[in-house]
Amino acid sequence: MSEPRQRFWAPAVILVVLVVLWESLVTAFNIQQFLLPKPSAIAGNLVRVAALDPSISGEGEDISLENRFFTVLPAELSPETQASLEEARWLAFNLGGRRFFVLPGSNLTPILAASWFTLKEALGGMAMGTVAGIAVAVATTRWTATREALLPFAIAANSMPIIAFAPIMNNWFGIDNPFSKMAIVTIMIFFPIMINTVRGLVSVDARSLELMRSYAASDSEILIKLRIPNALPSLFSGLKVAGALAMIGAIVGEYFGGPRIALGVFITQEAALFRFASAWAAILVACLLGIAIYLVILLAERLALPWHPTFRA
Amino acid sequence: MPGPVVILENVDKIFGEGASDQVHALKEIDLRIEQNEFISLIGPSGCGKSTLLRVVGDLVQPTSGVAAINGKSARQARLDQDYGIVFQAATLYDWRTVAKNVQLPLELMQFSRSEKESRTQAMLELVELSDFAGHYPWQLSGGMQQRVAIARALSFEPSILLMDEPFGALDEMTRERLNLELLNIWRKTDTTVLFVTHSITEAVFLSTRVIVMSARPGRITADIAIDLPQPRNAETRSNVRFFELETTVREALRVSEAGEAPERKPA
Repeated sequence: MSEPRQRFWAPAVILVVLVVLWESLVTAFNIQQFLLPKPSAIAGNLVRVAALDPSISGEGEDISLENRFFTVLPAELSPETQASLEEARWLAFNLGGRRFFVLPGSNLTPILAASWFTLKEALGGMAMGTVAGIAVAVATTRWTATREALLPFAIAANSMPIIAFAPIMNNWFGIDNPFSKMAIVTIMIFFPIMINTVRGLVSVDARSLELMRSYAASDSEILIKLRIPNALPSLFSGLKVAGALAMIGAIVGEYFGGPRIALGVFITQEAALFRFASAWAAILVACLLGIAIYLVILLAERLALPWHPTFRA
Repeated sequence: MPGPVVILENVDKIFGEGASDQVHALKEIDLRIEQNEFISLIGPSGCGKSTLLRVVGDLVQPTSGVAAINGKSARQARLDQDYGIVFQAATLYDWRTVAKNVQLPLELMQFSRSEKESRTQAMLELVELSDFAGHYPWQLSGGMQQRVAIARALSFEPSILLMDEPFGALDEMTRERLNLELLNIWRKTDTTVLFVTHSITEAVFLSTRVIVMSARPGRITADIAIDLPQPRNAETRSNVRFFELETTVREALRVSEAGEAPERKPA
């Protein structure tokens, strides 16, 4: 009963401790922000909180939140500032006599736009790599001769250094064309998908095959009714590996050039301009997207394989 | 009167023929099985009982000799779907529910939807698993899984039921109950059964004939008619004749294991 809760709380507590430690150490030792930005500065790029405190008196001057995560402002602001806060806020609430505004971070819009662009590249590449991997796997199982013919190329594709490959794809498809990054992702995930699917298609219990033969089942019937269902669990293990690789592949591809709204390009540019907090914020979002892809695959697996031993209640 | 269901004439099976580690699995097998017989194959492990069963079912090709099933070649019989097979492991498909597992051969043989459903229902009733139609295999005990496998093998009314130690992995209690169930099913259908077992008691209790085999090369050393009254039931086991026949089979096994049949290795 308490075990799933523990599984959730233990990492959550560790995360909070780490973030607090990070923040206080950077402050205590006065570490330069280009070496290691404070977590609050990173977060400020994505979301900001402003508190209006009546006990502080200030003139209705023009204020700036910059990229601070948390800012305390005097309660009496100029009507224009007040209006712009009200307009920008996601939500506002009163707590302990202060009025709090939760506002989008200083770089949220460009980071979200870049993430969406890169996510589309990753998903597009993943779709193509998955389809290609499954198709080759089925072909090699259905016609054994094709396995010997295709496997060396699959292994070659897998040992291809992606970093060297990325500029070539940019050259082929155009540096601003998302297809150049999708091609990189496709090549990266093709192998794990194919090899896992082949393993699932081939590692069929000998008795199950004899059973099919005794019913005079055709090769296609054996494929559809036995091999493919048998391959689904290992296909999903391949997909989980591929999901993690897809975001990495797309971002690495963008390091070699891409449109300004791409996540990899955004990170390189921000780093080049010594805006490390926003670079870190973009990395954080890339990370979250990778986890999101993984979770979606996990959910799909649960829906597709209700019979699988892993899900035995 | 139809001819024999199974005719094996001078069947030999050598695995890896010509290699230094070749195995002479079957030697000069002659066997005739009439309709509605219940034949048990018994012998020491590695005597080729399972291979013999697979030759009949066209899952293994004999090296030489003839296998005729229902007056056809074994291959034709397989293509005509004359066989129902049950292995030692239930070999259910994990991704199918109990009902869907029973339906598998019916799907492959393109039975109509209503036919599929009525037969599945009837089969599950026969093995007393109607309440478990929607369960997945892992939710069932070993004995229940094996009953599903039997229901699946019988669902399309095959003329021959091939059973390869179907109850070998089950505990004694379950095995005895399933023996009785199997006999019930056999009486209700016109099936001819070829049954591989390690157990003398099981062989004598179930069969109309027990075929005793010797090991390496596997050959038939005795063919013992079991003249116990039908229908067999719990009382059969306390019949004096039952013990006599058990002794006869045990003797035959001992003789065959002592290697009375001279071993002739092909050059």
